[in-house]
Amino acid sequence: MSNIILKIENLSKQYRLGLVGTGTMGDDLKRWWANIRGKEDPFLKIGDINNRATRGTSNYIWALKDINFEVQQGEVLGIIGKNGAGKSTLLKILSKITSPTTGSIKSKGRVASLLEVGTGFHGEMTGRENIYLNGAILGMTKKEINAKLDEIIEFSGCERYIDTPVKRYSSGMTGRLAFAVAAFLEPDILIIDEVLAVGDAEFQKKAIGKMQEISKGGGRTVLFVSHNMAAVKSLCTRGIVLENGGIVYEGSQDESVEFYLSNKNKDQRKTFNLLKREDRLGSGEWKLSQIEILNKKGKIVNEVISGEPINIKLSFEIFEKLDLNKIFLGVAILDPQEQKLVSFLSDEMNLDFKFFENRNFVVLQIPNLFLRASIYSINVQLGHSTKIEDYIDTIEDVSKLHVLPGDFWNTGKVNRSGSFSIFPGRFN
Amino acid sequence: MMQNNTENNGDWLFEITPKNKLFSLNLKEVWQYRDLLMLFVKRDVVTAYKQTILGPLWYLIQPLFTSVIFTLIFNNVANISTGSVPPFLFNLAGITIWNYFTACFSGTSSTFSANAGIFGKVYFPRLIMPLSVVISNLVRFGIQLFIFMVFFVYYYSQGADIGFNKYLVLFPVMVLIMGMLGLGLGMIISSMVTKYRDLKILVGFGMQLLMYISAVMYPVAYFVEKLPKYAWVVEYNPLSFVIETVRYMLLNTGVFDIGMFIYTLITTIIVLFLGIVIFNKAEKNFIDTI
Repeated sequence: MSNIILKIENLSKQYRLGLVGTGTMGDDLKRWWANIRGKEDPFLKIGDINNRATRGTSNYIWALKDINFEVQQGEVLGIIGKNGAGKSTLLKILSKITSPTTGSIKSKGRVASLLEVGTGFHGEMTGRENIYLNGAILGMTKKEINAKLDEIIEFSGCERYIDTPVKRYSSGMTGRLAFAVAAFLEPDILIIDEVLAVGDAEFQKKAIGKMQEISKGGGRTVLFVSHNMAAVKSLCTRGIVLENGGIVYEGSQDESVEFYLSNKNKDQRKTFNLLKREDRLGSGEWKLSQIEILNKKGKIVNEVISGEPINIKLSFEIFEKLDLNKIFLGVAILDPQEQKLVSFLSDEMNLDFKFFENRNFVVLQIPNLFLRASIYSINVQLGHSTKIEDYIDTIEDVSKLHVLPGDFWNTGKVNRSGSFSIFPGRFN
Repeated sequence: MMQNNTENNGDWLFEITPKNKLFSLNLKEVWQYRDLLMLFVKRDVVTAYKQTILGPLWYLIQPLFTSVIFTLIFNNVANISTGSVPPFLFNLAGITIWNYFTACFSGTSSTFSANAGIFGKVYFPRLIMPLSVVISNLVRFGIQLFIFMVFFVYYYSQGADIGFNKYLVLFPVMVLIMGMLGLGLGMIISSMVTKYRDLKILVGFGMQLLMYISAVMYPVAYFVEKLPKYAWVVEYNPLSFVIETVRYMLLNTGVFDIGMFIYTLITTIIVLFLGIVIFNKAEKNFIDTI
């Protein structure tokens, strides 16, 4: 109980759609009139939930509605959710940029937020001057910056240009300098929103390493919002999933990521029927009707993580009985350039198709996905044999396979992206 | 049990709620961020005239030209008498102190719209921004005051009937009043501009009108004599009191009324306080409305 450093209670935030602002002058007057009579704001009673895809009845929406959670000292909390789920609004309220409509936040520590790197950078000033200014904006005192100045400059790798106006910097260099300042912040609670995406690959690695050091080493409490699931998995110790302005899941970071991936685009996937595809070859006694990608827990997902087990479930619509002894099934995974990377061929694998007597699907089990993060495509070929004239049903690019970066080597580091395989092996 | 309860509720460092208490001014927090305040001042001063050819000379050109024009129009054409004081010096004194007010006022009145980028990304006491404007304008005011002194010495050596008097000790107070009035009014406007942009347009020509009723280019006594019916507009305008008093202490022309001094002081404090209260209320949500 005593370890709770941040407590969020019944937090809600209402916005008005359409026009900027909280409403017209007329609404302002009604609100003011209600306030004078000691009544509640009349516009708080209405409002739709935050779902950008559907059309609401009211002009007012709740960007956040009744958010409750607690953060323990030293915890690294990942906040994930689709675009528009309310993540940024939540961070804005937590970092005091805007205030909640209802509810409260209680904190026991100093909060610093990094919703952007390089806030307040002035192009006319030198790198050194900007370090002081940016550091002070983020809440450091001059003394603290003085103590860390050398480290910051070294970390940024901009030593040579440090007394040159920032407007002469390349955008990457500006980003590096800005991140360097932020990396040496030492608040009790740090709020970070997707700031890892600055600089080149080398610097990003450095940045993620620094983030890990901050979150693991210092016992610092961190709230981390990102679309980078691998980063969430490796950096965070707990996660919450936001959807339409509410918390829909709260749990360990791995479970949260899985929940998020399996729920993402749920509606879109349900309506997807392969029977409608015209670009297929074959005699058509059987037709591939559905492809589902399942993660290690058996949940249907759109994205899988490099190095983790996956299952690909293929369902067929059976129009005519076929001789099950004379069936060939091939599944191939291709890179974005349509180069075949892997193929699973039933004849090589001695697959017995007898199970098709009782069911209409087959599951391809891949115990370890040896692919780096990229978007691959899947081809499925069903035939009496491998020959083109014996095709029953063949579809190219049946589905995309979104692979997210993972921790393949179990080192706590995220492996690089790229449309090629990652393989077990070791140096000795 | 009781002990435990108070411990759990009492040791929160801060709490974020939908509404502030009306009079929580957060001045303690502003003090904690004083380093940032000075860095903003430094930024404003250092970057103001970067990549201009004349640089800080612009600080001098503007008041000098305005004074020349005022002297031509109001003193030579319209024949407003400035007594024994050279009209040019009379106008320069008024313009110098008036400029400090306008710089503070217009600088602070755009606080929210000009800094929406920073304010939308990071929190620090918002009061820092308008305060930095008032302080960095002091540098500009200092330079303009210096130029005034140069002309003062020139006219004095030419034998003009001018001279400081003992009220000069109040000069810093007058500058402070001008700064605080500019800050207070500017903060009120800036808070309202976030919702109603019309005010921005109003401010532009409002400042021009204000100058004419602030005794910048005429002595208050002259206005009272010519338009006694509307004299209260000028007389009860704290700005004209400050300008008149500054001219009195620097050029020994006009009068100093202790009653008006107290009135101006109280007005300034009220305006400033009101400004801070409204500003603090606006800062909580302005990012949603800007």
